[in-house]
Amino acid sequence: MAERSLLSALRFFRPKGKPHGCREEKTADNWAETRCGQREWEELYRRRWQYDKKVRSTHGVNCTGSCSWDVYVKNGILVWETQRTDYPACGEGFPNHEPRGCPRGATYSWYTYSPVRLKYPLVRSSLMAMWQDALHHQKDPVAAWESIVTDDEKRRRFHKDRGKGGFVRASWDQVATIVAASLIHTIKVYGPDRIFGFTPIPAMSMVCYASGARFLSLIGGSMISFYDWYCDLPPASPQIWGEQTDVPESADWYESTYFIVWGTNLPMTRTPDAHFYTEARYRGAKVAAVAPDYAEYVKFADTWLPARAGTDAALAMAMTHVIFKEFYIDRQVAYFTDYAKTYTDLPFVVVLESKGDTFTPGRFLRAADLDLETNNAQWKTVLYDAATHGFRVPNGSIGFRWNEEGRWNLKLDENDERIDPLLSFASEPDHWKSVSFPVFESAGARSKTGIAPVKTIATPAGELHVTTVFDLMAAHLGILPQEAPDSSADYPQGYQDPKPYTPAWQEAITGVPQADVIRVAREFADNAEKTRGKSMIFLGAGTNHWYHSDMIYRTIIGLTTLCGCQGVNGGGWAHYVGQEKVRPQAAWSQVAFGLDWRRPPRQQNGTSFYYFGTDQWRYDTLRPDAILSPLGSAAAARHMADYNVIAARLGWLPSYPQFNQNPIELVREAVSNGASSDEDIIAYAVEKLKSGDLRFSIEDPDNPLNFPRVLFLWRANLLGASGKGHEYFLKHLLGVENAVFNTDGSLRPQEVEWREPAPEGKLDLLVTLELRMSTSAMYADVALPAAGWYEMHDLNTTDMHPFIHPFNPAIDPPWETRTNWEQFKTIAEKFSEMAVAHLGEVKDLVATPLMHDSPGEIAQPDVKDWRKGETDPIPGKTMPSLAVTSRDYPNTYKMMTALGPLAAKVGVGSKGVVWNASEEVDALKQALGTVAESGVSQGMPSMATAKQAAETILMLAPETNGETAVKSWVGLERKTGLDLQHLSLRRQGERYRFDDLTVQPRKIITSPIWSGIESEERRYSPFVINIEEKVPFRTLTGRAQFYQDHLWMRDFGEHLPLFRPPLDVMALEAAHVQREAGREIVLNYLTPHSKWSIHSTYSDTLTMLTLFRGGEAIWLNDEDARKIDARDSDWLECFNANGVVMAKAVVSPRIPPGKAFMYHAQERMINTPGSKLSGQRGGTHNSVTRIMVKPTHMIGGYAQLSYGFNYYGPIGSQRDEVIVVRKAGEVDWYED
Amino acid sequence: MKIKAQYAMVLNLDKCIGCHTCSIPCKNVWTNRKGAEYMWFNNVECKPGIGYPKKWEDQNGYRGGWQLKGGRLELKAGGRLHKGINIFHNPDLPTIDEYYEPWRYDYERLIKSPRRRHQPSIRPVSQLTGENINLRWGPNWEDDLAGLGETGSGDINFKNLEFATYLEFRNVFMFWLPRLCEHCLNPACVASCPSGALYKRDEDGIVLVDQERCRGWRYCVSGCPYKKVYFNWKTGRAEK
Repeated sequence: MAERSLLSALRFFRPKGKPHGCREEKTADNWAETRCGQREWEELYRRRWQYDKKVRSTHGVNCTGSCSWDVYVKNGILVWETQRTDYPACGEGFPNHEPRGCPRGATYSWYTYSPVRLKYPLVRSSLMAMWQDALHHQKDPVAAWESIVTDDEKRRRFHKDRGKGGFVRASWDQVATIVAASLIHTIKVYGPDRIFGFTPIPAMSMVCYASGARFLSLIGGSMISFYDWYCDLPPASPQIWGEQTDVPESADWYESTYFIVWGTNLPMTRTPDAHFYTEARYRGAKVAAVAPDYAEYVKFADTWLPARAGTDAALAMAMTHVIFKEFYIDRQVAYFTDYAKTYTDLPFVVVLESKGDTFTPGRFLRAADLDLETNNAQWKTVLYDAATHGFRVPNGSIGFRWNEEGRWNLKLDENDERIDPLLSFASEPDHWKSVSFPVFESAGARSKTGIAPVKTIATPAGELHVTTVFDLMAAHLGILPQEAPDSSADYPQGYQDPKPYTPAWQEAITGVPQADVIRVAREFADNAEKTRGKSMIFLGAGTNHWYHSDMIYRTIIGLTTLCGCQGVNGGGWAHYVGQEKVRPQAAWSQVAFGLDWRRPPRQQNGTSFYYFGTDQWRYDTLRPDAILSPLGSAAAARHMADYNVIAARLGWLPSYPQFNQNPIELVREAVSNGASSDEDIIAYAVEKLKSGDLRFSIEDPDNPLNFPRVLFLWRANLLGASGKGHEYFLKHLLGVENAVFNTDGSLRPQEVEWREPAPEGKLDLLVTLELRMSTSAMYADVALPAAGWYEMHDLNTTDMHPFIHPFNPAIDPPWETRTNWEQFKTIAEKFSEMAVAHLGEVKDLVATPLMHDSPGEIAQPDVKDWRKGETDPIPGKTMPSLAVTSRDYPNTYKMMTALGPLAAKVGVGSKGVVWNASEEVDALKQALGTVAESGVSQGMPSMATAKQAAETILMLAPETNGETAVKSWVGLERKTGLDLQHLSLRRQGERYRFDDLTVQPRKIITSPIWSGIESEERRYSPFVINIEEKVPFRTLTGRAQFYQDHLWMRDFGEHLPLFRPPLDVMALEAAHVQREAGREIVLNYLTPHSKWSIHSTYSDTLTMLTLFRGGEAIWLNDEDARKIDARDSDWLECFNANGVVMAKAVVSPRIPPGKAFMYHAQERMINTPGSKLSGQRGGTHNSVTRIMVKPTHMIGGYAQLSYGFNYYGPIGSQRDEVIVVRKAGEVDWYED
Repeated sequence: MKIKAQYAMVLNLDKCIGCHTCSIPCKNVWTNRKGAEYMWFNNVECKPGIGYPKKWEDQNGYRGGWQLKGGRLELKAGGRLHKGINIFHNPDLPTIDEYYEPWRYDYERLIKSPRRRHQPSIRPVSQLTGENINLRWGPNWEDDLAGLGETGSGDINFKNLEFATYLEFRNVFMFWLPRLCEHCLNPACVASCPSGALYKRDEDGIVLVDQERCRGWRYCVSGCPYKKVYFNWKTGRAEK
């Protein structure tokens, strides 16, 4: 070889010594040579890897991952992270959960020293200048603040600077003073209910959530919900089961043998869990993927059903048609039928209402109708017993839950006699009657008829014609029972007949070939029959982020119910959007909402708050009567906002700000008018409401008296990520330059005051507390720097696995960053000091809605409006509950940093399950130490540090404290008459401290808060406890409900699951948008979850930006791109009446024609040029969306349709939206 | 080569979900340094696609790896003569544009910006030149069939396919290919090095570039058919 030449030998000298045991030689035709020694340089790589310590932590981001990572520190510098692989095993024959992790989480260390990190408190310079000037004149900070915000010009001056740069550095003391002054001023003038906090998803970092929530709850501020706002709440879950969301852990997927993955991109969004999906196939599981695009999950499927986005309910209805016919009508499957009789509302009896020459389904027959039962007879539902041929009232309906004990269970016994529910009256009808059902299609709504077997009952109120939910389903689905007589009703003649709801009918809507639909439906049901329920359907944002998502989900979940899959390991629904499961929920709530000191807290449903607060209601053109059933009553009101107002005053939804009077002032006024007790004060307020002298703020949201005044954002990027109608936020809430092209809608509400002009800049102060310069921080008045996830103590849990992970600090928070706990303590301390002179201890009147899992949920069997004189206004019955709460403002800090007395005195609990926590509180006194300082918190367990707050949660929670777990079942045992403690007995002696979790991830303990069982032998699956132990679902019937009988449900045609087409948004907005035909294309706008970020977090890291296209991007199909002459990587301008977003084209044939995919979140600060259309920088992915609310989500006081924070309420849907897309050509960067 | 043991990393392509969790810790630990910005010791690409660097698989272009000529093994790029002639300009080297021009952003401007007429924002800036850059390629530009119509047909594995068929919505398909150094039993990179700086360890089969002996000829870079040896422009040495 030339390399062995003289030249080479001369160039460097190689010591020729022969190291011990090594022999130099040449081999392989002199291609290879063995040499000895000279490996010292390898130290370079070893030293690179070397580290001084590694610390276990996790990522507090809303991804559902909850992955345990090792964080490495070298010379005091945080360097990188790797995944831990020490999770407890999943059991014999199961793959393990580890290594959990994803590309996003792997990037987190980049943030620590990055230039996008906030290091110091920042204040808008124009505000700071005025503040310092005001202090100079006023000395008293509250007076200084007042002098700024009550002066229109001054207020405007700093408001219009929001988002334009110009931050100056401030000290912590300065910012704490500004914030405290604004809070005190607001409480004094307007009331504490004008102060709001928005932070989502406690599960991802429980103590961080709690830090601000606790502070704000103690002072009477309102926390805003997120699960519904994020559109991650599937309203169908409360509707069907009375449960917010409970889903299997991912290891349970491995147990399933038939998957339908339907609108959730498992590899992309459940990255650490996706291996169970790929692995289950090795066991023989068959996979059908329903996706409008060739998404990542489709690659792993056996069948692809490319249903057009938003039409999923049509597909599901056709599958239901096939399964109902083949597995319930043509033949019966014992497993399915028994399941249906025991766990569903299918056998329950519904009253038919006469409508001309036909009938429509009405409400459930009640015990009260038959003069049976005494307690809550209005809330006990009825079925027909095949054994005794009579109507019976079985255990388990919601009437048995309250004011009595022992019969709230699913045992089909009554006085030791076994009931055999009759699913269908077809074998023994009194008559067959024509029944009409609504049908919703893109062309419009119409009705169709079927026939149902009916029994006629004589009651004191007259003759009632009744049938079962099962019989209604058959008629509605278009399946004629064998026993039915000939009729002129419009039934399809087989699967090929394109009438609702056949496979042929759906093909025209979804584009999925009918043969595929029939095959998958049969396989799904057949597999469930053979395995007793191990068929699973995965759901996610793709199916949930639609206006009618509840209908989509009801039709899909119905498949799992019909096939007995729910409450079975390896079967049922698996909906994963949002890290919802804060496992130690009851314990955490205590700490987070200050329930240990004061109750009730103010909790506002997010979607309504933003709908009114950002004035998007003014632009709403969706008429309620446009979505009504053609068979129901007339609309209750003419505008969606009206429905929300009705819901607020009937106590169905929370509503903050509360009234058009400071609630503290209202109490003072009541007292000065002679009220001497809390009852008197409440009565005074009720009188004032009745007379109309006092009104709900929501009736006049554009009155400055009713503006939200101060908003805190932490762990949240409201303006850069979740804010639907981003430009409306800028315009109305913040009062800054915006790209709203829309004008006020022509529709005027009747319950809401219309003011001109629409206000701009409602919010006095916007404060963000976070790690980086996000869009929200960019637009804030005060941006406070937060510590990162490798710099704090906290707790993290998820739906995906049964472990509870700690956050541990690998380094101290650098620069002047502080953990959320410390940030809010800083503010609380200053606030408490200043409150001595300005506020003192006062009384506050708190209005709260009728709550699910409380007696309030059986308050309103009928819809009666006290404002219209249909009933009397009775708090907690026909209107919101009212309570007088004392606010000990000067002691806020002390209360915040100690565990108060109510945990032991009143108890800890959630979902209607409560227990006394005296033993736990005593144990905490030992574990945490008690407060020595005299005052309101003396002798109480100290919660001064975040770690102490975490320990408190762990101690109080049945999920981490075995004694508590066993104890927590007692209340439920009494109510149900069932023996349930055994579910936790084996783990009674276990108790986890924070440091235990740091040693190794631990599995949580089964508790009454969750419906699944956690054990060594089996994985977590929801509703197992309902199915196996016979605990009822928290619904009207106590069963999983196909039928929703509330008046508003029937009026909107949604009493039965059915298909509703996506909204025709074009028709709602087209008039406002300029169009240049030929150069533009209109596309349905979809915003799935991104691969290169978790919403907006990580989206700005260099690694994530490098691994795709470096900035805002929007995916189009090749044909669509050709139509506007756009190529891959060209700049596109995408707009509609709501605003405009600039993004680079990503052209791919895996996207279906007619759709634009803009994976979210995409902020507006990186690689974002200007838009010619608006003359401003392009917006975020939410610049082209708008909030649209649905009345059926506002129902309350009605069993499972009752309010719960993050449980029910209107949702922030956005996928019905359309945009106009055109090539932007040469772009301007607007760098001035 | 005579080795006692061989480490191997097996990547199940049926299970790979193309998430990149493998490539990022690798980047953070090993190539998060000046001179190594564009290097991904482990990268993941989506196929059909031309990958990173562009068309790395096309040995007709790059002439990496081995070939059998007259029953004897030869480096495809040629023997001593070719190496000698081209030692100051290797015609088979990928240019930076074939990998991608690494970029960054002036994040601090978002925090320190004075009050402006328009909301502040930041643009990509080349890490090599410091100039604003119009992004045209990256290490994962084709993720999930992005731009399939532009580059996908260049994927040499599918050259005998009627590619137009796979550009239709119902016919698309994809899979992900995570790739890293193969630590070959007979490494072409080791054979290509004029300085003898590359070697394969006998205790575990790992192939390395001796940072003291490397003279920056870069024949290893072109010699590797997988393009998994990289040139560090700051140290002037090859790395892997």
